[in-house]
Amino acid sequence: MSLDEFPSGPQTDELMKGDRVATPMYEDPALFDVEMERIFGKSWVWVAHESEVPGKGNFVLSWVGTQPVIVSRDRKGEIHVLVNRCRHRAATVCEIKKGKTSSFQCPYHGWGYALNGDLRAIPYSEGYSDDFKKENFGLKKLRVETFEGMVFANFDHDAEPLEDFLGNAKPWIRLFMKQGGGFPVKTLGEHQFKVPMNWKVQLENTTDAYHFPIVHKSFLQSLDGEATETFSFMDDDDGYVEDLGNGHSVMVMMPELIDLDENLDAPIPERFKELAAELAEQGYEDEKVRRIVRAVGGCGFNLNLFPNAGCSLSFFRILRPVSVNETEIRHIALGMDGGPEVANQMRMRLHEHFQGPMGFGSPDDAEVWERVQRGSAGAGDVDVMVNRGLGLEKESQNGLPVGDISAETGMRAAYKQWKKVMDQ
Amino acid sequence: MKDMAATDVKLQDIAEFLWMEADLLDRRDYDTWLDLWTEEGHYVIPVDKEGDDFANRLNIAYDDAKMRKMRVERFQAGFSISSAPPADSVRTLSRFVIEGAEGDTVTVRAAQHVIEDKFGRQRMFAANVTWKLKVTEDGFMIRDKVIRLLNSDGVLTSISYLF
Repeated sequence: MSLDEFPSGPQTDELMKGDRVATPMYEDPALFDVEMERIFGKSWVWVAHESEVPGKGNFVLSWVGTQPVIVSRDRKGEIHVLVNRCRHRAATVCEIKKGKTSSFQCPYHGWGYALNGDLRAIPYSEGYSDDFKKENFGLKKLRVETFEGMVFANFDHDAEPLEDFLGNAKPWIRLFMKQGGGFPVKTLGEHQFKVPMNWKVQLENTTDAYHFPIVHKSFLQSLDGEATETFSFMDDDDGYVEDLGNGHSVMVMMPELIDLDENLDAPIPERFKELAAELAEQGYEDEKVRRIVRAVGGCGFNLNLFPNAGCSLSFFRILRPVSVNETEIRHIALGMDGGPEVANQMRMRLHEHFQGPMGFGSPDDAEVWERVQRGSAGAGDVDVMVNRGLGLEKESQNGLPVGDISAETGMRAAYKQWKKVMDQ
Repeated sequence: MKDMAATDVKLQDIAEFLWMEADLLDRRDYDTWLDLWTEEGHYVIPVDKEGDDFANRLNIAYDDAKMRKMRVERFQAGFSISSAPPADSVRTLSRFVIEGAEGDTVTVRAAQHVIEDKFGRQRMFAANVTWKLKVTEDGFMIRDKVIRLLNSDGVLTSISYLF
C-alpha cells in the first residue's frame, strides 16, 4: 500500500545526497513504511543478547522494526526468533516480557506452539478437514544468527550470512566484549524511553562526538577531574570516526581504552582505587584485579551497527522505530557474569549516572532529538547537513573514510547503506 | 537534634510534611528539599516492580547524598537543555498509609500522580511512594524514599524534575 505513494519507489537520490539528507527523511510516513519493508524487513536486526535467554525454555520479547517477536531457546539449546502472532487469528501468544516456559499458548482459541515455533496442539481439531496440516502453521520464523553473544534476526531467509554483513565491525565487537574483564558479558537490566523523533536521528547520534561537550555539559560538570579528562575527547586530537562499511561505523573517543586487555600494568586511576582495594581484600589476584578494574568503566569507543544497535562504551543502545516520528530507545546495562558483585554494582551506578529517563545525559539527548523533529517540520526544502569532516578524511586499511573525532563520517556511512538497501 | 519515638506520630502530621515536600518539588525549591534529608539514606526509583535489593539492581535513580546534591546542581546550573527550562509539574499525594514505626523511624506509603507540561504536551506519571521518615524534636527528616512508577519497567520518557 505504501508503495502506491511512490509509483516507482522512493527517489532515494533526492533523499540521500551523500553529504546532506532531505527533510522528508524525518517526516514522511510513507517513506517510513517503505523503510520498514526494505530495511527492517531485509537486514540483520539486533534482537537480544544470549544472556537474556541463558537456559533451555528461556524466552524474551523483542521487536524487528514494528513487528513483535519472541526470542526463545528450545530444549536443544538452539535460539529461535518467532513473530509473536498466532497463525489462526493473529493474537499475540505471549505478553510476558521475559521468562521460562515449555510452550506458548494463544489465549484466544488455545493453539499451542513449541519453543521452536512449531504448532503442536489445536483444541477441537475435528473442525478442520484432513488436508489441514499442522506443520504448515507454525509461528512465522525469522532467520537467526549470533555473533559474540549478540542475537540477530532477519526476515529475509536469503540474506548474506550475519558475519559477512558485520564485516569490519567484527573485530570491534570482539574488543567491546572484553569489558567482561575475563568473565562472560551479561545484561544487568535496562532503561527504556520513547522520544518523539524519527529513528534515524538516533542512528546518527551514536557516532556524533560533536554534540557531546554542548549537550552533555551538565554531565561533564558532575565529574571529578580525572573522569573529566577521560571525556575530553573533543579537545584531544587522537580520536577518530571510521566508516566500517555496510552502514556500520566506529567512533573512538578514548584510544587508550580500545583494547581492555592491554596496559594492565598502568597505574590504577584514582576513582577506581577503592574498588581495586576491595577486590584485593576479597582475594582476587593482582592481575585479575587490574583486568576487572580496567574493564569496569567500559571500552573507549561507540560502535554503530546498522540499522538498530550500538555497542556504546559500556552498554547496548538499541533503537526501535515505532512510527515516522516515534522511536523507542533501550539502554541495556552490561556486567560480568560470575564476576565480583562490587564491580557489577559500580557498572550499574555508572550506567544510572548517564543513561535512562533520569540520567545526567540521556534526558538532554532526548530533548535535542525532539527539537530535531520539531524543527524539521519547518522549511521542508532545506536539507539536513551531515558534511562535517568531508575533504579532511583519510583512508582506513579497509579503504574506507576515516574522519577526526567530530566528523560526521559515521552518519554518511549509515546513510550510504540506507540508500543501498532502499534501492534494492 | 533529638530523636523522638516514631510510635506517637499522627497521620495528619506526616501528611502535612509530605505535602510540604511535594510543594517544594513542584516549585523546584531543591535546596530546601535537600535539607529535608538525613545524610545516610537513598532516593530510589527502581526499574523492577518487585524486590528491594536496589544496590544490586539497575535503577532509574539510586541517589545517595552525593548524587542527590549533584542532581540538584545539574538542574540548577542552567547547562542541561532538558531542565533549562524543565517541564512544569503538578503533583497530588493521597492514600497515606502508615506501614509501621520502629525506634525513631516511621514508614509511610502514599499514591502520587504527577502531570508535567512542556512543548504544549502533557505527560502523566502515577507512582506508589514509600518514605522512611526519621522523627526528631524539630519534625521529620527523610531517611529513604522509594518511588515505584506504575510503568517503571516499561517505556518511559525523559524526566527533567524530581518525584
